[in-house]
Amino acid sequence: MHSIPSVRTYVIIWATLTVMTFVTYYVAQIELGAWNIVVALLIAFFKMMLVILFFMNVKADSPLTKLFAGAGFFWLILLLGQFFIDYLTRTWMPEGTMW
Amino acid sequence: MADTHSTVAEHSEPDHTAHSPHLRHHFDDMAQQFDSATLGMWVFLLTEIMFFGGMFGAYTVYRAMYPEAFASSSQYMNPLYGAMNTAVLIVSSLTMALAVRAARLGEQKVLQLFLILTMIFGLAFLVIKGFEYHEHWVDNKVPLFGGHWDYSEAPQFARQAQILFCFYFFMTGFHALHMVVGLGLMTTIFMMARRGTFSPSYFTPVEVSGLYWHFVDIVWIFLFPLLYLIGRTKKLI
Repeated sequence: MHSIPSVRTYVIIWATLTVMTFVTYYVAQIELGAWNIVVALLIAFFKMMLVILFFMNVKADSPLTKLFAGAGFFWLILLLGQFFIDYLTRTWMPEGTMW
Repeated sequence: MADTHSTVAEHSEPDHTAHSPHLRHHFDDMAQQFDSATLGMWVFLLTEIMFFGGMFGAYTVYRAMYPEAFASSSQYMNPLYGAMNTAVLIVSSLTMALAVRAARLGEQKVLQLFLILTMIFGLAFLVIKGFEYHEHWVDNKVPLFGGHWDYSEAPQFARQAQILFCFYFFMTGFHALHMVVGLGLMTTIFMMARRGTFSPSYFTPVEVSGLYWHFVDIVWIFLFPLLYLIGRTKKLI
């Protein structure tokens, strides 16, 4: 078993997550076109990494656990990738362009 | 059986006569048992990633197919509720992480306090979600039960908006179901903590329940922007 993170670390991660929630909330009110989605998902991805690495403490887990956690996202990317390769290239679908 | 294994036991490390009562026989030591349990929980979480991943994928496909209709529905999502719930869940993840930390340090009272706080914030999430569902019900934006669906403000989108609201209720509904399961887990862990089950050498159930709790938080971290934030700037109705 591994070293125990300090309360300070947890509070800093929590504060960062909360600030990022406010940021994503306010950025969503600004018209950025297609970038709204990109920014919102990048912030969500950043928040997820903080939760995984620090709250779930994968940072300190065994290499095997790290590999499994990473594999989960690899399979998810395959799943979503197959979805989008198919649907997002069907230019004959309703309402013309997909995005 | 004991006799046939005695030679093995004599040569194995560490000494099995002095191990923790929580150490199962098929593990060498507590550290290996802990790593195995953590890995097992992650395997379960991988199935959960695929479960929610399918819904996220289908949602994205339909959103790409009917962008205007989906954006028009954004007017009926209250991002303030979504943001509040995100904040509440993040606090609950903090208290959960601190509960695991207290368990590892053997601080029994602190552990119980943080488990209670985690449950309170989890309940607060469900209460806010309940208010939100009630508003959709009053607004007639619940396509599942016939009588509570009305989209006459933008009839050209009415059929496609039903798809969005079905996704909304299924995704947030399954997430809320996971929250209920999480609350059940927390209740069990709390009862175990009260009985003094956990110590610095054995806190695995607290740790793996924490992993589940944080995972449910992560699902919401993605539901919030996808359901509440995208399309906010478009005024189609």
